[in-house]
Amino acid sequence: MIAIIKYNAGNSTSVKNALNRLGFQSVVTDDKKKILNAEKVIFPGVGEAGSAMKYLREKGLDELIKSLKQPVLGICLGQQLMCLHSEEGNTDCMGIFNCKVRLFPNTEIVPHMGWNSLTKLNSEIFNGISENPDVYFVHSYYCEISEFTVAQCNYILPFAAAMQKDNFFATQFHPEKSGLIGEKILLNFLKL
Amino acid sequence: MLKKRIIPCLDIKDGRTVKGTNFLNLRDAGNPVELAQKYVCDGADELVFLDITATIEKRKTLVKLVENIASKINIPFTVGGGINCLEDAEAVIKSGADKVSINSSAVRNPKLISEIAKRFGNQAVVLAIDTKFENGEWLVFVNGGSVSTEKRTKDWAKQAVDLGAGEILLTSMNHDGTRTGFAIELCNLVCAEVNVPIIASGGAGNLLHFKDVFENTNVSAALAAGIFHYGDIGISELKNYLKTEKINVR
Repeated sequence: MIAIIKYNAGNSTSVKNALNRLGFQSVVTDDKKKILNAEKVIFPGVGEAGSAMKYLREKGLDELIKSLKQPVLGICLGQQLMCLHSEEGNTDCMGIFNCKVRLFPNTEIVPHMGWNSLTKLNSEIFNGISENPDVYFVHSYYCEISEFTVAQCNYILPFAAAMQKDNFFATQFHPEKSGLIGEKILLNFLKL
Repeated sequence: MLKKRIIPCLDIKDGRTVKGTNFLNLRDAGNPVELAQKYVCDGADELVFLDITATIEKRKTLVKLVENIASKINIPFTVGGGINCLEDAEAVIKSGADKVSINSSAVRNPKLISEIAKRFGNQAVVLAIDTKFENGEWLVFVNGGSVSTEKRTKDWAKQAVDLGAGEILLTSMNHDGTRTGFAIELCNLVCAEVNVPIIASGGAGNLLHFKDVFENTNVSAALAAGIFHYGDIGISELKNYLKTEKINVR
């Protein structure tokens, strides 16, 4: 079973729908036991970092997520909450990835919304994906490039479009909304 | 590089896609979910569904349709038409829509913009503006373009963005359904006023019109309905054309 973490900042319906289309059963849950016992865990997110972290802390989900040993995929705000600190709501995050989340400078349209191409792909979740695939982004804050970056994107400046450390994977873009390429990336994760 | 988006819009009435001219004379244009799937295959970057059904049972039928769309479509989509309160927005987003589009309800109650933005994020709030050029000014119209307001379009756009609108769907009523090209001047007027993505809408009639709007304005996306529904222009044909014209599309 795949667990999709339920919290106050979710696009869990979209993720669940995408998994259904790929033929994978999933459950949207905040039940710690179910999350711990899941084969794979997806940590989605559309929302605001400060209030999301507060909620996760209150429920003890932050410590739980950090302790997971199975493959975990953070999406969008999920990726950002796995970092050290976010400028959004000036909040400390989970610190799985030792890097910071910053607000895009206002020199171009913010949010970064739409299809943009990935470069420097370097993870098994991109297996079988062509060199510069277009995927769907929507975000106003970005993760800095770090040693954990496994795909980059450029908007105003280069930022981490995907990250990986041990069993933790994360994407700033929405694979569940990125057409066939997004489905392939999800499938790669689900088959890990 | 961030790509310019091509967005087919499906006007929905009683569960069917319809299309009129200058907001009138509705004609049937097919099953929305089937059309949506075809557009996705052809390379649409996003979809907009505007429900113009006016019945009491509306929310229930809309939620069903949204669930159906969300289960089949793997790109982002926006739902609008009759989102009158936070609960309407919540119902539609929880059913799987990525964004809601609000129009008359936001003019009547601008606080609705901030309420939805606070709950779901600015990116989930698309402010749709129907506007007409009258006596030297672009003015905001409501109720499907039938009622004029005193608001100047650029002022309303600015106010809405300050309240939390994450995107503006800008329809020129002078151009809608005429197939004479997008309202370039209007797009430039609003782009200069706000720093969120603008979707140009109204007037698309041929390939050149899309090139024009992307070359001569700073809009992030162009939206059309009729020309796609009736097959006058295919989305893949349009995108291939734009690529050869050096417009950055997916």
